Formats: sequence, C-alpha cells, structure tokens
Amino acid sequence: MSVQNLNTFDPFADEGDPLSNTQEVGSQQNYIHIRIQQRNGRKTLTTLQGLPKEYDAKKLLKAFKKEFACNGTLVDDEEAGQVIQLQGDQRLKISTFLVEEGIPKNSIKVHGF
Amino acid sequence: MASEEPLFDPSLKKRKKKTVAFSEDPLGADADPTTPAPPVLDDIATNGDAVDMGPKTVHEQMKQNGMGEDGAEEKQEKTEDDEFKAMFGDLKKKKKKKDIPMDLPEDNSDTSTPTAPAASEDLDFSDLKKKKKSSKKKAALDMQAFEKELNESKAKDADEEDGEEGEIEVDEAELGEDPFARAEGTISLDAGNEPWLKSDRDYTYPELLQRFYAQLHASNPALLNSAGRRYTIAPPQIMREGNKKTIFANVSDICKRMHRQPEHIIQYMFAEMGTTGSVDGSGRLVIKGRFQQKQIEHVLRRYIVEYVTCKTCKSPDTILTKENRIFFMSCESCGSRRSVAAIKTGFQAQVGKRSRTRVA
Repeated sequence: MSVQNLNTFDPFADEGDPLSNTQEVGSQQNYIHIRIQQRNGRKTLTTLQGLPKEYDAKKLLKAFKKEFACNGTLVDDEEAGQVIQLQGDQRLKISTFLVEEGIPKNSIKVHGF
Repeated sequence: MASEEPLFDPSLKKRKKKTVAFSEDPLGADADPTTPAPPVLDDIATNGDAVDMGPKTVHEQMKQNGMGEDGAEEKQEKTEDDEFKAMFGDLKKKKKKKDIPMDLPEDNSDTSTPTAPAASEDLDFSDLKKKKKSSKKKAALDMQAFEKELNESKAKDADEEDGEEGEIEVDEAELGEDPFARAEGTISLDAGNEPWLKSDRDYTYPELLQRFYAQLHASNPALLNSAGRRYTIAPPQIMREGNKKTIFANVSDICKRMHRQPEHIIQYMFAEMGTTGSVDGSGRLVIKGRFQQKQIEHVLRRYIVEYVTCKTCKSPDTILTKENRIFFMSCESCGSRRSVAAIKTGFQAQVGKRSRTRVA
C-alpha cells in the first residue's frame, strides 16, 4: 500500500536549468533565415537556413523548385546544418510559401537589401 | 496600394516619396511583437505642432485634392505605409517643414492615423456618416475624443445639415465664420478672449480644439520645441567603382548621426547583404557587389529599427555599449536598457570559382 502523501519529495531539489534542454531559448536558433547573395552579373542566390527539424528539407526543396520554377540544391554546412539554396531572388516567395504552410511569420527572418 | 495611388494629388504623392521613416519594420518578420504601442501622450509630444494644426490641414487636404471623403479615407490606409518612408528626408524637405503650415498635412496624417481609427470606432454616431466623419476625425487624436463627445450633439447637427453636400467647406460656412482661417493666430490666444464669449452662439469643435492646444502649449512650452522634430538621416551616397564594387561615401556621416561605431554598421551591412568590402583611405566604404541607393537605404533602415531606435519609446537617442561580449542599447530619453542581438553572418553559399577560393 502506498500513500502518496508519505512519499518523500524534496521540493527544493535541484531541477536543473529549465531552459537547458530547449536549445533555442535566447539564441537565434529558432529563426528561419532567408538570405540573398549576389552572384556574377545580375544573378542572385537565395539561401534558406534554420529550417526546423520536423520539416523534410528535401521535400521542401522539391516543392520550392516546382513552385518557383527555379533550380536549387541542398547544402550541408557544419554550422548551419542543412541549407536550401535556390537560384534567383526567391526571398518573398519563400516567405509567403512558408507562411501559407503554417509557419509563424515572426519566426521567419528575411535578410538582404 | 498601387491602385489607390492615382487618386491622390500628384504633388502630395511626390513629396511623400521623398521622405522615409523607420518606425515600422519593413519586413514584419523581425518586428518585436512585445514592443508596446507608442503611448498616446508621446504621440502628441513629438508632433504637438502637427496635431495642433490638425483641422486646418485636413481642410487643406480637402481643398488640394478637390475630392471629398474618399481621398481622406484612403489616405488613412496609405499613411501607414508612409510612416516608414519618412526618414531619409533630404535638406530641401527639412527647410520646407520649417516654414510651417503648408507642409503639415503630411506630417499630420502620418502621425495621427494610428489612433484616429480607434477614435472613430468608439463614437456611437460614427456609423451615420462614417465617411464624412472619418475625414474630420483624422485630425483628432484619442485625447480629443472626449472633447468630441462634449460637442457630439453640436457636431451631429452640423453633420446632418450639410450631409447632402460632400464638402467640408459647407460646414464652415454654416458655422458663421471660417474657424480654420484663424488657426495661426490662436496659439497666442489667451483665456477670456475667445470669440464665442461675445456672441451667444455655441463654441465649435475646432475652436475648442485650438483652445485646448493653446493652453497645453502655454503651460508646457517644451512640447513646442520637440514638435515636428523628426529623425532624419542624409540619404546614403552611392557610387559605382568599376563594374563590381559599390562605394558608400557618407558612412561616417551617417554613423555620427546615429551615434554608432562605423564598424558595427559595416558589419551589419555586410552580414545582411551577404557580401564583403573594406573602408578606403578617405573613410568611404567599398562594398563588393552592385547595390543601388534604395537597397542600401533599406538595409540602413532595418539597422535603425533594430539597433538605433529605442523599443520602448521609439526614440533614436540611444547609445550602444558592449559588455561581456553582449551589446546593450540604452536609451537616452527614457532610460531603458536592453540587449540587442549580435550580428551574425549566416551561411554563405559558394559563389565563384572553387579554384580561386582555395588559393585565397
């Protein structure tokens, strides 16, 4: 027979840092960054960085390529993880696409000029 | 927005294009949702003058546009957009602003709109003549809403009488005299001198409004000084060097104006634009890549939103200090202090020949 009240429970026990297991707190990890880079001539490159883990980057890339009619690739970066690269300036299109797919708008950061 | 534009007076539109403000984040994505809306009082303090001239300016706008309510309504929608166009005003613009009333319409519509719609909503008779009222209300801020209620019955009468005609001029004629005509003189008007004391007519809303502001400015003259003061920055001077480099000539001026280290701004710009560059001997910034003035301006505006304006009071009067590898921004006018995000260069894609990057 176990009485719950008799269980020993130390209310002052160290729970550890409550934020320790959520690595995105305080950092900029939780943002999706959309950047643009200039190439030669008037060509540009759009990169999407910081996609949450629950999205399949490969499938997203495929959807992007079809939707925006551009080519693109998936790049593995040590720091940034998987980065989607698209040809041309697709920043606004990407952000509207992501917002329509239900990603909160304030977690998307569009950089560039 | 584009569809609305042709409706406006072309000269008005032109002027608006020249001015650029930074108070709103152009992208919305990195706007801080926790940022409180600017308090009403603040609104008035910074633009006391503009508000003071409110009725006059609306009147003028009407005249200028030669169209009644429609213009005013749509202007409300547009002004939000103008808000962040008003920063990089050039010198010409500044001078114009100083010789007062003619330029104020724009100022007024810029600042008063955020609160004006709210005012129109909590007045019960607004649905009767919503269009007409809203054009008038544009001038009125929240604070005046209660004054308005005092005058509600009177205003209603006036409204119903000239409801058929779509013009505000009729309104004034009906009131016996042009209240707007005296707008300049009324600031010095002291108590006991009001025109309605001699006649047995009721005071009109604009008269009361003027009286209110006359007293307000008489009791605290500090409001007048800060009125119309706007944070302006010289537009970036962009030149092309050769085919692939851009020169940003007045970085140091702009940095001085914002009280920021040039390095910080330059670092931000490079991170944002995904490029590199250097500062040449005469203090100009050489950026790799082709950029137009508009693009640089856009980046600068975002820098200002993020690192210069105080998130609490919207004042650009802030100082950036570094403590333990973290940048802190402290506001000079309200004393708030907050940490700002470090500038981070994100992923840089491989551009150009691989063989060349290996050598470098």
